[in-house]
Amino acid sequence: MARYLKRSLGQIAFVIIGIAVINFFLLRLAPGDAAQVMAGEAGSATPEYMAALRQQFGLDQPLYVQFLSYLKNVLTLNLGYSFRQGMPVSELIALRLPATLLLMGTSIAFAVSVGGTLGFLAARHAGRLADTVISSVALVFYATPVFWIGVMLVVVFSVLLDWLPVGGMASIESGLTGLGYAADVAQHLILPALTLGLFYLAIYTRLMRASMLEVYGQDFVRTARAKGVRPRRIALRHVLRNALLPIVTTLGVQLGSILGGAILVETVFAWPGLGRLAFEALFQRDLNLLLGILFCSSVVVVFVNLAVDLAYTVLDPRIELS
Amino acid sequence: MSEPVLAVENLSIAFASGRTTRRAVHDLSFAVDRGETLAIVGESGCGKSITALSLLGLVPPPGRIDGGRVRLEGRDLAALSEAELRKVRGARIAMIFQEPMTALNPVLTIGEQIMEAILEHERVGRAAARDRAIALLERVHIPDARRRFSDFPHRLSGGMRQRVMIAMALALSPAVLVADEPTTALDVTIQAQILDLMDELKRESGTAVVLITHDLGVVAQHADRVLVMYAGRKVEERATADLFARPLHPYTRGLIAARPRLGSGRFGRQRLVEIPGTVPSLSGRPSGCAFAPRCALAEVACTVAVPPLVAAGGGSVACLRSGDVHVPEHRREALDA
Repeated sequence: MARYLKRSLGQIAFVIIGIAVINFFLLRLAPGDAAQVMAGEAGSATPEYMAALRQQFGLDQPLYVQFLSYLKNVLTLNLGYSFRQGMPVSELIALRLPATLLLMGTSIAFAVSVGGTLGFLAARHAGRLADTVISSVALVFYATPVFWIGVMLVVVFSVLLDWLPVGGMASIESGLTGLGYAADVAQHLILPALTLGLFYLAIYTRLMRASMLEVYGQDFVRTARAKGVRPRRIALRHVLRNALLPIVTTLGVQLGSILGGAILVETVFAWPGLGRLAFEALFQRDLNLLLGILFCSSVVVVFVNLAVDLAYTVLDPRIELS
Repeated sequence: MSEPVLAVENLSIAFASGRTTRRAVHDLSFAVDRGETLAIVGESGCGKSITALSLLGLVPPPGRIDGGRVRLEGRDLAALSEAELRKVRGARIAMIFQEPMTALNPVLTIGEQIMEAILEHERVGRAAARDRAIALLERVHIPDARRRFSDFPHRLSGGMRQRVMIAMALALSPAVLVADEPTTALDVTIQAQILDLMDELKRESGTAVVLITHDLGVVAQHADRVLVMYAGRKVEERATADLFARPLHPYTRGLIAARPRLGSGRFGRQRLVEIPGTVPSLSGRPSGCAFAPRCALAEVACTVAVPPLVAAGGGSVACLRSGDVHVPEHRREALDA
């Protein structure tokens, strides 16, 4: 175990640095830089002003010098300074990361628990009415664009019914603290988490159903039946546990993509998260900030995958870490 | 004579696909007494395994029993509700399967899986069930049973896993043990150990055994009686010694002739004798005797109607030509042409 962790931490460091290097060069491929954007916003810019900006941001240096200084910064975990926002990148990220993690965590927990349960029920009633209803609903959510679900939820629950806030993360005027604040955030969280979660819920419903049905066909389920084990017990003890493995695998893969989905939802709901920050940084050519966000995302994704590997060993005794 | 523990009467099993139904097992009858081993033999696809599953009421959909009865200790299993049937399964009739590698749940320890059988049927505490599971592991000669109890299946060899399956099946001292090709997936030396173990346990407990196999060597050594199946029907049923001494049905003779043997031919090798052709599929069964297309003795009468089972040689056989055991060579050629 310790040896495994040591080895995979080495791999993780390698992967993260690799991603950082690729990011750096990828982002230089986009035309334009921060100086151009700022000059454009100012309305009038002389070549001298642009040159001054570039010098201030270090953009006048040759590419390899910029790259080496970036590499040095990454290795020392220094994410640089966002000239655009006038703040260190690490501070900006620290400000926004919790909101994104909260949104991601809530939606994925919702998707896996509810989707898993629905898939479980569908598989147990395969071919019957409950299965048809669940599978159809899952298909609808799967096929509907995320932003449209978001807008419709807002229209129904915020505008028509006025039950939930339209956007944001907390009520500005309230000045709540402690539990009151938590309840307020939870209320703001419902719609964005639902929007992001419903798509993934559909995926987990379908995946769990398929996975359960596959396990139902296996020999050890027949053995359990031959032992006279109750159907409910067979479903929970024999089938579900074996069906969870593909779910965990998909979860690991999707946590990366859900970060991408968060950008859309954060924009629709004005959620002050990392996704929206990245979106803004991209349009403003705020490369330091963008690189910092991408770096942090890659760290999160890589460590989630490590956690998935560890979860395997708990779920499946055949898998041993060495 | 006491009533047999297991009696199968005119059992038919059909598979529905679309609008057509196809019979996998036709009008099958047999009985097994306490402490007796009945072997059911035949090639792949002749309905052995589905018969085995039907004894526990476990015919997988779209298959279903569409005729006849299975009586276990006098009770008609078809008359039981699903809940009542579940109380019988594992407790009064138990089953072990062909593939010990996949028949155990990979994520539960073998001990838990044996305990599960006990806890499902009896109101005992977990500690008591645990002790009994360990005793069962010892009874099937698993060394260091107390430690092995918490091993997962992948830690055990195929032979050991089959021992675990046997321990699990015998946990509640069932009246009947159904063994569906229990040794097919194992090495020859392990096969012998497993079969000897089953014999030993059968002698101790008086459990009746239904042994499904295609290995006639196994049958000769371990079965009291043999039922030969072909294309879903019983074609011959005899005491083991009689069957091997004087097989009546041409199919049985073919099976016996097709056994690999040591020491015959040059350098102790010869080409294996085989029965030409294959078992007809469910959809393509001929009228009359299903074996007729592969049979050297077949004549026109064989293709008209299914031959009835008649008493012969201390058992029964379903063949119009079973009297012609020794066919003169010239006639066989004429029939082949």
